[in-house]
Amino acid sequence: MLIDFPDLFSQKHGVRQDTKVAAETQGFASEAATPADGPAPAAEVAVRGLAHSYGELRAIERLDLELPAHGVLGLVGPSGCGKSTLLELIAGLQEPSAGRVEVGGAAGTAHRLARCAFMPQRDLLLPWLAAIDNAALALRNRGASRRAAREQAGALFERFGLAGFERARPAELSGGMRQRVAFLRTLLSGKPVLALDEPFASLDAITRAEMQAWLAGALDADPRTVVLVSHDVEEALYLCDRVAVLSPRPGRVLEELSAPAPRAADRDAAVTDPAFVAAREQAMHALRGEEP
Amino acid sequence: MKRWGLPVALLAALVGAWQLAASSGALADLLNVESFLVPSPAEIADALWQSRSLLAENAWVTLREILLGFALALVAGLGFALLLRLSETLRRAAYPLLVATQAVPILVIAPVLVVWFGYGIGPKLAIVALVCFFPIAVNTADGLRAVDPETIKMMRTLDASRRQLLWWVEAPTALPYALSGARVAVAFAPIAAVFGEWAGSDSGLGHLILQDNAQLETARVFAAALILAIIGVALFALLALAERRIVTWR
Repeated sequence: MLIDFPDLFSQKHGVRQDTKVAAETQGFASEAATPADGPAPAAEVAVRGLAHSYGELRAIERLDLELPAHGVLGLVGPSGCGKSTLLELIAGLQEPSAGRVEVGGAAGTAHRLARCAFMPQRDLLLPWLAAIDNAALALRNRGASRRAAREQAGALFERFGLAGFERARPAELSGGMRQRVAFLRTLLSGKPVLALDEPFASLDAITRAEMQAWLAGALDADPRTVVLVSHDVEEALYLCDRVAVLSPRPGRVLEELSAPAPRAADRDAAVTDPAFVAAREQAMHALRGEEP
Repeated sequence: MKRWGLPVALLAALVGAWQLAASSGALADLLNVESFLVPSPAEIADALWQSRSLLAENAWVTLREILLGFALALVAGLGFALLLRLSETLRRAAYPLLVATQAVPILVIAPVLVVWFGYGIGPKLAIVALVCFFPIAVNTADGLRAVDPETIKMMRTLDASRRQLLWWVEAPTALPYALSGARVAVAFAPIAAVFGEWAGSDSGLGHLILQDNAQLETARVFAAALILAIIGVALFALLALAERRIVTWR
């Protein structure tokens, strides 16, 4: 038989086991608040001694991160510091060159893929599908009928400020609405971990601020474990519990900050609060490679 | 209306000039042939009307060859493009050859096909299908590969199977490509059918053109050519309409 499936679904990177790098883990034990109820659970996302290269290019080096269930972690860093690569590694879209990425306690790519939903930078809505069918893609992929999938997605359209736009094609939606449909699509995958890659980068400043406040509300209503990549320190400090500042390539964690008031109801007040401004300054210092 | 005004005016001017040149004998003088060999548009229209049943009969034969041959090419071209998408090895082996065949004058093997398949409809279908196959296959293969790799990643995290990826993403992406390949194919199909008939047949517009040309029925040759042109343009327009109806997201 002629048909050999191309490896669209499993990227082949030379998996080099670099035990030396893996051993040099810089302890970055999480001090983040674990949920108050019950004993502290094992980290939902754990990155240990991670290194990743594309051929000669070292994208990530000696990187350690830990994130408890329902925690929201921000990753900020200069362009090309391997933020997106890190996100794809966590989401199970790539296999690391060295080190270990665990999601929900296991490390295999299939396992990570099964536990992570990935929201790319661009909304990537399929232009031939109505908004509701775009949102319901994961449900359809898991075998739900069109009717059942639409019903389940439709129930959330109102909450997401999308009521009345169920049958609209993506081209008929505003940038903010498209992003919300894309986020709904990510949520409806039902996966415990959301990997968000600069979800609001393509929006104008006002819409972006609105979407941040909206996402904060959505996460409080439906808590998930979130890894958010952003180039915007303010966005990361507002939305996340903790923010890791990454170095230029090869990326590693320079500093990890706790956000003063994650996802506060009044966004404008929160981002002008002295504690917030101080945290932002600290992050900017770290980004510029200065001592705090 | 505005869009069609100028081309229609130009066409009318050309036909008018032809009418004048032919009916005054100037065109025949210029070509240095008898004037009955250079029909005017009016004479062609007359031939079209006088021989309408003969022309219709033969047009139907040719149209059937075009449609069936095109349908064969569509099925084979889409299927082959899909195979190329599913097998990277096959794609690497066959795609360059597929592109190269576009430069091969397939029409010239029509006589060989008649030797192989006889005088029936077989060789005509084969030649039409061969001519139509390549633009459809190449365009569709390109379309299936035009998928954004980021979209593939996104679909993976949404638990899409290979088949679901094809259905939700690759097939819709490839559809406009396939349709534009089909438009190119259908524009060549009438010529291919005529070549098939010239290589050996007892009916069809191509056959009629050969006969009429030998019998110096020049006006009817032009009438038959006009019908072929109309078939080609109509099929092309039909596909363009289908594209506008189906590909509503562009």
